[in-house]
Amino acid sequence: MNSKSGSVLVVGGGIGGVQTSLDLAESGFKVYMVENKASIGGVMSQLDKTFPTNDCSMCILSPKLVEASRHPMISMMTLTEVMGVEGEAGNFTVTLKKKPRYVREDRCVGCGLCAEKCPSKVSSEYELGLMNRKAIYVAYAQAVPMKYAIDADKCLFLIKGKCGNCKKVCPADAIDYEMKEEIEKINVGAVVLAPGYELFDARLKKEYGYKEFKNVLNSLEFERVLSATGPYQGHVVRPSDHQTPKKVAFIQCVGSRDEKVGNPFCSSVCCMYALKQAIIAGEHSTGLKSTIFFMDVRAFGKEFEDYAKRAEGEYGIKMHRGTRVASVDETEGNNLLLRYSDGANILAEEFDLVVLSAGFQPPAQAKALADSLGFKLNDFGFCQTGVYSPLETSRKGIYVTGAFSAPKDIPTTVAEASGAAAKAGAHVFANRVSIDTVVTETPETDVIGQEPRIGVFVCDCGINIRGTVDVPSVVDYVKTLPNVVYAVENKYTCSADTQETIKQMIKEHKLNRVVVSSCTPRTHELLFQNTIKEAGLNPFLFEMANIRDQCSWIHMHEPEKATQKANDLTRMAIAKSRFLEPLSKSRLGVTHSAVVVGGGLAGMTSAMDMAAQGFKVDILEATDVMGGQMNNLYTAEEGISPRQYIKDLESKVRANDNITVHMNTMVEDLTGFVGNFKVKVTGGKELETGAVIVATGAKAYEPKEYMYGKAKGVVTQNELEKVMVDGKFDAKTVVMIQCVGSRNDEAPYCSRVCCSKAVKNAIEIKKRDPKAQVYVLHKDIRTYGFREILYKKAGELGVKFIRFPENKMPEMTMDGSAMKVLVDDVVLGAPVQLTPDMLVLSVGIRPNDDNEELAKMCKVPLSKDKYFLEAHMKLRPVDFATSGIYLAGLAHWPKFIDETIGQASGAASRAMTIISKEYLETQGIIAAVNEMVCNGCGICEPVCEYKAITIVGDPAKEEKRKAVINEGLCMGCGTCVAACPSGALEQKGFKNNQILAQIDAALVGGGK
Amino acid sequence: MSNQAQAESAPAVEAGAWEPNLLVFCCNWCSYAGADLAGVSRLQMPTNFRVIRTMCSARVDPEFVLRAFAKGADGVLVLGCHPADCHYIGGNYRTRRRIALLRVLLEQYGFNPDRLKLEWVSASEGIKFQQTIKEFNQLVSELGPNPINEE
Repeated sequence: MNSKSGSVLVVGGGIGGVQTSLDLAESGFKVYMVENKASIGGVMSQLDKTFPTNDCSMCILSPKLVEASRHPMISMMTLTEVMGVEGEAGNFTVTLKKKPRYVREDRCVGCGLCAEKCPSKVSSEYELGLMNRKAIYVAYAQAVPMKYAIDADKCLFLIKGKCGNCKKVCPADAIDYEMKEEIEKINVGAVVLAPGYELFDARLKKEYGYKEFKNVLNSLEFERVLSATGPYQGHVVRPSDHQTPKKVAFIQCVGSRDEKVGNPFCSSVCCMYALKQAIIAGEHSTGLKSTIFFMDVRAFGKEFEDYAKRAEGEYGIKMHRGTRVASVDETEGNNLLLRYSDGANILAEEFDLVVLSAGFQPPAQAKALADSLGFKLNDFGFCQTGVYSPLETSRKGIYVTGAFSAPKDIPTTVAEASGAAAKAGAHVFANRVSIDTVVTETPETDVIGQEPRIGVFVCDCGINIRGTVDVPSVVDYVKTLPNVVYAVENKYTCSADTQETIKQMIKEHKLNRVVVSSCTPRTHELLFQNTIKEAGLNPFLFEMANIRDQCSWIHMHEPEKATQKANDLTRMAIAKSRFLEPLSKSRLGVTHSAVVVGGGLAGMTSAMDMAAQGFKVDILEATDVMGGQMNNLYTAEEGISPRQYIKDLESKVRANDNITVHMNTMVEDLTGFVGNFKVKVTGGKELETGAVIVATGAKAYEPKEYMYGKAKGVVTQNELEKVMVDGKFDAKTVVMIQCVGSRNDEAPYCSRVCCSKAVKNAIEIKKRDPKAQVYVLHKDIRTYGFREILYKKAGELGVKFIRFPENKMPEMTMDGSAMKVLVDDVVLGAPVQLTPDMLVLSVGIRPNDDNEELAKMCKVPLSKDKYFLEAHMKLRPVDFATSGIYLAGLAHWPKFIDETIGQASGAASRAMTIISKEYLETQGIIAAVNEMVCNGCGICEPVCEYKAITIVGDPAKEEKRKAVINEGLCMGCGTCVAACPSGALEQKGFKNNQILAQIDAALVGGGK
Repeated sequence: MSNQAQAESAPAVEAGAWEPNLLVFCCNWCSYAGADLAGVSRLQMPTNFRVIRTMCSARVDPEFVLRAFAKGADGVLVLGCHPADCHYIGGNYRTRRRIALLRVLLEQYGFNPDRLKLEWVSASEGIKFQQTIKEFNQLVSELGPNPINEE
């Protein structure tokens, strides 16, 4: 096999693996997505909600799983393990072991008759043992693929040769007991590892009684308790007596920051998920009070600090800070007695339910995977990566994403997953293919002139809708409406199995319109449009009613009115659907290059990743220096200082033929649209480009406090680093103050990096002079992930940490030329006076002042704190709502070097999904002219912001003039339509008769 | 502010009390997203409004507004992106002009022009969406039923 491969192997089908696969597939590469379980979805599929938006986890994940499973470029291989990888980057031979499913995937329709008749009950892994499944099973009701599998260890037929019920009842003849393990070899150019993590086994913390006392759950079990699809259908009850608990305790850091159990690192996400679970539990049952026992609140991400504040202030969640909870004992009635310290006192308090916020561990197969694939693990058994190479394993051509390299949250995983796709693509880009060479489109059914036959699918969304709206009555109501020939209730209309049902019903009932009454079209319309397309219906014969976000969720206490409203909203959608027409799209060329705004770490990383796949990139740098904030970072990490790293990177960028650097250059105007932007830059030059990456960075807060700039010896952390590197450091007593310009009224958020930076520099001081006294004054120490090791090390080296109150910063006065710092020590309960000869301010990060200007030009939003706001905080972390424009680095939010690199590669990958394509399709919902009616008055022409309308003479009839629409330029806003005085203009998909039908349907019965 | 906004649930309506019928046009990019955010944030508000989504507020044809009133709507709310934030560059400026004209027209027909309101709600303003609905509901409740319905 000498030919280089155009394929990539992705190991793991969780959210990380799925995102990597989708990015690669959309960039024209063949993907083998291998998952060792029977279905994909990973841990995210088990979660109830996600912080900080409280989005329903399954609802945002499900469309991605469905998309991955039906993508023509992705081969999904479940129950499959990687046995070995031979060869080298660009040309690997992978050996796969496919375990038998005993159910033929090509035949199984997922009807579930087999499981119904199966006599063998098994504890469900997906429900963490809180429920049973059968020996023939799907992991969960929305599983992808919706194909049953037989658990060979529990199947009576496979063990004893008895039973055989499933084979008897299967209507599709899909059961095959003879299936054998298969070994397969595939050729790929690169590998991406996304096997995820495992939860810490809380039994190892014997003092908490996990698995011993019924009402002690781990955090993932509690997610299932909260979930509508979980063991108690979303009712928060405790396992012992199925009663609603009144008092719930969350114990943090179970198996994290704990050397005794071999996990000295912080798991990064438990603080936030515990806050989320406490909020959701409180929402589910009134009167439920939660207490969280924690050491530090690590709310360092975007909008996290707000979330933590709301949890405490608005939801009344009690936050108890202290050392680790000492023990949990069972008392009468299966209640639980917690013993914990409060300052010097030992207290005991009884709770009805205890949730252990368990930490992350490497997956069980980590060692075997590392051995068979030949890459290194770190000290804690996670995949080893570097500060400057966060996506690379120790073996060339093998990349990593997600929690396998370090505990991390979903957005970081998703950004990295895209990043890993960019890295992998660099090994296979020579063999990129166009997607339409592998797709066969379903021929479209002609519905023109037919009487509407409408199918309506009304969603429970677990209990998100069903909890408030009486969904069965909505279905009954809808059935009474004209042209509705089919209506049904679905638990999750977005799940893979429902997509199959929709397609089946379209065929069975000859539907020519489909209405889904569920959530918002902004996230789910495309999914359903694709589904009906696969059934041969034009995707525009689809309409949605939003009875969740804009009904059940905002009328939670008024079920009757909400149900009435759901009826009305569904009726309106049905009314519009009667007038829907099939629409066609046309193809537009794409400019195969990108513009990166910002020449710092993020911008240069993105540019290198795109240049590596042969794309031309222009970098616009506003100043006369490349490198941005990296130029101010001196302390070496892994032997290289950030300053040095960025200089080396700049040299590579300058030497790269695909990259053009424009110094002292800013964006002056941005026009055009995805695939075809025009960027006007300083000096008037216009760059044509297919995609834009915003990587403009952020700035350090300039302190007005602590006589900074006036008193000698008061410096920022960056300045301290420079003093040390220059060899001029001679202080004997150093005081560091955290949160200078962060977590205050002016900037309420946490700047994420300052704690770790202070700890790192404190260690550096101690290394140089062990006798030097270093004090770090802080609110919390937020050294998340493996950075916790530094915190511990600093403590061992004698660095003193003093916690001050949330609302009282330390004070500094001058006594002659001597500094005095007065701080309230919360732990000591008394003020402490320090006399440093150097005061180091850990200053926060602030957004750039000109963000607003650039945001307006790009037509993208900013967050409340004036950072750029991504399209979706969880699953689209580097995309903007405006397609073709992406985001990376500090412009998005404060972050570390490795996080910036991962995200920048992610933005590059997202951009390459556009600029690698031969063509993009226009939107269907553009303006159209009825030439019979148009008299060429020309009112519409100046109204159009995109200059898409021109008035021309009719070649057949000279005096007749008419408007003509340029389909490539028309963006489908409909402004011209509302301006047209003769009714000659229409917006497809939003035609006058369609919207008027909606209005009429909304107001049936006039004033009611 | 968010504390308060979240804590306040929809005002309790006495049984049988008259509630106005409100129609709300939302642009896809800002206001509809803002309404979704209100939902994601579980901000509670009166139930008596129905949303129609258009891609841009500038798609709201004067005919739509007149039709709504003719069919008995007691109030019509048009929501768009903030000035300069329009996803389609300047659609919302045209909306602003059209609504101003329409209000004049409504008055000429003997309608209280306050029954038609234009407001800007961005994708990050779930709370503003909630407040806009509450305030408009209050206002139209005070104006009473659409005169057409009283005939």
